[in-house]
Amino acid sequence: MIERDLVIVGGGPAGMAAAVSAVEHGVKDILLLERDQYLGGILNQCIHTGFGLQFFKEVLSGPEYADRFIRKIRAIKEIEVSLRSFAVRLSADKTVAFLKPGLLGEVKAKAVIMATGCRERTREMVHIAGTRPAGVFSAGLAQKLINIEGLLPGREVVIVGSGDIGLIMARRFVLEGASVKAVLEIQKTSRGLLRNVVQCIEDFDIPLYFQHKITCIRGKDRVEGVSIARVDDDLREVPGSGFDIQCDTVLISVGLIPENELIEMAGVAMDKKTNSPLSGEANKTSIPGIFVCGNAFKVYDLADSVTRDSILAGQLAAEYIKEQKT
Amino acid sequence: MNKKLTCIECPKGCALSVDIENCRVLEVRGNQCPRGKDYAVSEVENPLRILTSSVLGIGLSMKMVPVRTDRPIPKVRLAQAMKEVKALRVDRAMHIGEVIVEDFLGLGVKLITTRDIS
Repeated sequence: MIERDLVIVGGGPAGMAAAVSAVEHGVKDILLLERDQYLGGILNQCIHTGFGLQFFKEVLSGPEYADRFIRKIRAIKEIEVSLRSFAVRLSADKTVAFLKPGLLGEVKAKAVIMATGCRERTREMVHIAGTRPAGVFSAGLAQKLINIEGLLPGREVVIVGSGDIGLIMARRFVLEGASVKAVLEIQKTSRGLLRNVVQCIEDFDIPLYFQHKITCIRGKDRVEGVSIARVDDDLREVPGSGFDIQCDTVLISVGLIPENELIEMAGVAMDKKTNSPLSGEANKTSIPGIFVCGNAFKVYDLADSVTRDSILAGQLAAEYIKEQKT
Repeated sequence: MNKKLTCIECPKGCALSVDIENCRVLEVRGNQCPRGKDYAVSEVENPLRILTSSVLGIGLSMKMVPVRTDRPIPKVRLAQAMKEVKALRVDRAMHIGEVIVEDFLGLGVKLITTRDIS
């Protein structure tokens, strides 16, 4: 088994910032595990601008924001990056097992930072009735299909939820020549940033329905349409308010949940409601030496906030490693 | 005339109140920084947006090459700009920030890559 002072799981904005910060605070021996073939994580598919204004005082796209950190990491010899490396187990003694093409690796660390990000809530988690045809995507998956794979998932789109990814994808679909027929938000206000309502929805005259919910998805092989109803202040359907929209695609943008199965496996105390670690102090967990940062610790609105949070995690891990040595 | 706008320059999204006369901005209130005022003036006189999209790569490690305009372009030109982007191909390795189109749509704006492409 190999040994390292610090193992970081995840090479997105959180893991990269934590790695750089840990080196700046004196850690000499870091292994950074990233499951994809590139560093950058979800930033790579976030090709829109709006990143970096707080941290770099510049307007950047996601890939540009990631590139700033990728360059730093390449220049630091204390950080070993292992790509296509998928962490599959974490134990309380801070051993990480990971799959890499051709091998199952194991590394024992003095401290571990989990920078595993978050995942999207699904159709199943918001209980949408109806059939199960092709054409129902999470907003982030549609983003990956368009921006990375160059595939347009549909031509007539209804978006459920007004989270930032849904709003940004509404604009993206329109720019790609598709028609976004409705964005539905069950609450009275958008879950996303106001700027995204302006530049993604109002700019393109996309109908945004507040206090409306999707009641049914129709279609046999492919989505053929959705049923929609207005809801009252208690989120109950208003009788007689229902109407149908024809579409071939439904995007689900109803929030994000921290991705924390590995720390749970290690025995870290969890808040079941938010799927984040129970913690008295930012980035720390109930197991000393196991840290969590970025969207895995708490889902942030901005990558800049993830960076700030993860710099602290890098520092905390460095301090912990120093204490163990003395 | 008074117009209400939401500033999109940063995530704060300040609520702006803009006094306008003859299509010219007289006064902006509600902005927490100078960018808000500039935004309001531009939004009333000639709304601008940065276009971000992706260009098809040929024979590269990635299928799609992310791109953007280096400066904002008139909002009314976005649809035309997308047509132009869709007709483009990238068939060589490029560095982040390299110019794909020098004078995009004749606007004096550059279309640049936003990622290293091998």
